[in-house]
Amino acid sequence: MNTASLSVSELLFGHGKPLFAPLSFACQPGNIWAVLGANGRGKSTLLDTLTGVLPVFGGQFSIDGGVSVVPQSFHPAFAWQVEDVVLMGRARHVGLFSQPSTEDRQQVAQALAQLNISALAQQHVGTLSGGQQQLVMIARALVSGSQNILLDEPCSALDLANQQVVLQLISDLAHRQQRSVLFTTHDPTHALQVASHTLMLLPAGKWLAGKTEDVVTDRHLLQAYGVPVRTLTLEDYPRQVIAPLFSIER
Amino acid sequence: MPSEARFRALHAGLIALTLLLALVSLGLGQYHLPIGDVVTHLLHPYAPNEIAGQVVWTVRLPRVVMAFLCGAALGLSGATLQGVFRNPLVDPHIIGVTSGAAFGGTLAILLGLSPLLMMSSTFSFGLAALGLVYLIATLQRRESTLVLILSGIILSGFFAALVSLMQYLADTEEVLPNIVFWLLGSFATANWHKVMLVAGPVLLAGSVLFALRWRINLLSLDEKDARALGVSIKPLRRGVLVSCALLVAAQVAVSGSIAWVGLVIPHLARLLVGADHRRLLPTAFWLGGGFMMAVDDLARTLTDAEIPIGIITALVGAPVFTFLLIYSQRWSAR
Repeated sequence: MNTASLSVSELLFGHGKPLFAPLSFACQPGNIWAVLGANGRGKSTLLDTLTGVLPVFGGQFSIDGGVSVVPQSFHPAFAWQVEDVVLMGRARHVGLFSQPSTEDRQQVAQALAQLNISALAQQHVGTLSGGQQQLVMIARALVSGSQNILLDEPCSALDLANQQVVLQLISDLAHRQQRSVLFTTHDPTHALQVASHTLMLLPAGKWLAGKTEDVVTDRHLLQAYGVPVRTLTLEDYPRQVIAPLFSIER
Repeated sequence: MPSEARFRALHAGLIALTLLLALVSLGLGQYHLPIGDVVTHLLHPYAPNEIAGQVVWTVRLPRVVMAFLCGAALGLSGATLQGVFRNPLVDPHIIGVTSGAAFGGTLAILLGLSPLLMMSSTFSFGLAALGLVYLIATLQRRESTLVLILSGIILSGFFAALVSLMQYLADTEEVLPNIVFWLLGSFATANWHKVMLVAGPVLLAGSVLFALRWRINLLSLDEKDARALGVSIKPLRRGVLVSCALLVAAQVAVSGSIAWVGLVIPHLARLLVGADHRRLLPTAFWLGGGFMMAVDDLARTLTDAEIPIGIITALVGAPVFTFLLIYSQRWSAR
């Protein structure tokens, strides 16, 4: 498949004024894009723009097959049950004056089963751990049936075991379900682990986009974060890992 | 789904209980009627010569129906508004409609307008208050829940001051007591005409909200989150708020402003069936109606004179709300 389901061309976006030079990249079904960049650089702003929450200043983006976003955190005002929250992902498929159908509820049950959280269906979302809540949000994105799935720092609140679960899931979404996935992260190793492509947001409105191995390099990471890093190749592990070389003064 | 079946049973039970309460209410009063007689008279509406039939059909039935509709309207709009504003402390006052309507009513009493004009004035000022809320939001070029709540608070304060001004200007012998009594709420002047006036808006707005009950779940999400799910928030929220304004304005127009019901009933309902508005809205509707019938029974039977409704709803509502807060705290701590 060579047609991109999410394509961005010459896009100018930001709050009030454009943050970057015109941005272009394309995400095809089965691709995983990682978005790297320092805090406040505009990772979440990019997601908000792609989901239509923020207006664009110039250029354009096109989305085929719908887009769903997995927010970084979920702050429910009331004690929702997990299945009710996941059902909300069906919003685009339920008519204005209609109620969700049996079909909608089946989709919810399926998504929960796929993520191995069927047992949580009747629990209140507020009582779940951060990792479980993240899975609930991913289930909500799954039932929307969107081709494109955007995840806002899906691993930032998770311990190592849960990071493994979520990264595996991201990989499954792209490779087994042929969805187009884009996720933001603070950990360049995550990009090396699962992302086929990487978009790196740099200071002074610059950016880099391309194959992960071309973009995620020591030189570029130093540019992005101002911290030297070293890419390490381990003997008994197939992928490279990235270690930051912090300088701590006493 | 077992929880679905449990809700159906609860819902049916609530409706049955409400009907039973209505029958009991029809028998209560100085002219006491056993429940069997009430049913007989209800089944024979064309026997106007009998006093008992008249009492049931022209005095008590309109009053009971009106109390039910007003309570149901308050319960439903309270539950909806708490959802829309993502805040369980919200009640129908929050959108300024109650105070606006109260001003419309007091102004009409001060000017000595006819009952029909007075109800129209109450109703229109209630809806106008919501219009002003949106005007203020538009002038700020933002339409977030926060801006809407702040605008509602501004208008509530403003109209409350105007109500006080009307009271200050009123003739203390005759007009002032009328205003005060009306502001405290009462169903004493109920008749079929008023029932029709309140039934129209309640049925219309009630059906709209009932049809939108799942959408209101989506409205109670974070705004950004809901928009990313593909919900067009602003038009939806406008429609929902206008429906709530219709309910509240109609209620105030026929029975004066009644506090507490719109705050306490949604909490009680949420404790029974949870946060899902598909279940919460019908539950709050029936609970609100039933509660108001019971309060009105107290208002007309406790003493020889009528006690204003607002006093009883506050006296009953405050302790009930306290109890609910303590109970739900313990329940969630478990």
